[in-house]
Amino acid sequence: MTCTEFIAQLDDLLEDRVSVKLRADLEEHLRGCEHCVITMNTTRKTIEIYRSHELYELPDSLRERLQKAILAKCKKC
Amino acid sequence: MPNIQTQGTEEVHPDVLLVNQARQGDVQAFEKLVKQYDRQVFRIAQHITQNREDAEDVVQDAFLKAYEKLDQFQGNSKFYTWLVRIAVNESLMRLRKRRTGKMVSIDEDVETDEGSMPRDLADWGPDPEMQYGQSELAEILRKTIQGLPPGFRTVFVLRDVEGLSTEETAETLGLSVPAVKSRLLRARLQLRERLSRYFRKNKRDGAK
Repeated sequence: MTCTEFIAQLDDLLEDRVSVKLRADLEEHLRGCEHCVITMNTTRKTIEIYRSHELYELPDSLRERLQKAILAKCKKC
Repeated sequence: MPNIQTQGTEEVHPDVLLVNQARQGDVQAFEKLVKQYDRQVFRIAQHITQNREDAEDVVQDAFLKAYEKLDQFQGNSKFYTWLVRIAVNESLMRLRKRRTGKMVSIDEDVETDEGSMPRDLADWGPDPEMQYGQSELAEILRKTIQGLPPGFRTVFVLRDVEGLSTEETAETLGLSVPAVKSRLLRARLQLRERLSRYFRKNKRDGAK
């Protein structure tokens, strides 16, 4: 398996959506390719970091104002 | 959210009950849906538009449109994914307005090789985000995702931040499943590549 072929399967591997046979082939590639190990681990970490950090919080005061505006308009519909 | 078991064998999502009540003019039922999903809609809109005012407008307009079009909601998809579809369309419309002359489309084929193969192969430490304070880290993450083309950014946000399935993301964006998969892989790899500048091992030590 080449690195390009490994990368093409990376998402399915990260999401555990690969067959037993394909997983074995991917793991075989990883044993001999440090670059792909790093790519896999840092890609997984990238997803984790974005999942666990709230970048755009809606402050309560703004939230309340938006909710009121939405419902006022809905009542006029 | 748990599903409610009805007397028969079919399960009805609680949103469907609220939608049905709202259709009959129950604004309080719709208010529950607004409170349930306004944070997510705001987040998605802010990620796509990259503009606070636009994101606020999208929240209002998306919910209002949803309310006006409740009769068109089929119930064969989740209310949330239907709402997100409206919000994404509203967000892209605003992004286009701000970028007049520049093409902004979710289905444009982004002509770039970036992210198709990793170039930066430096490893990261076990907790690379600990190298930065919370606000500095948030700024890095915002700046990094802002640099992605809108089509990639949107797919990444829906799949990886909001947790929609590949199929839901495809339905929401009107893309094929392979198109979503291709954009997601390239978005993830581009983000990884860009974050490597900040998170590579001993980045801070080396700078000292």
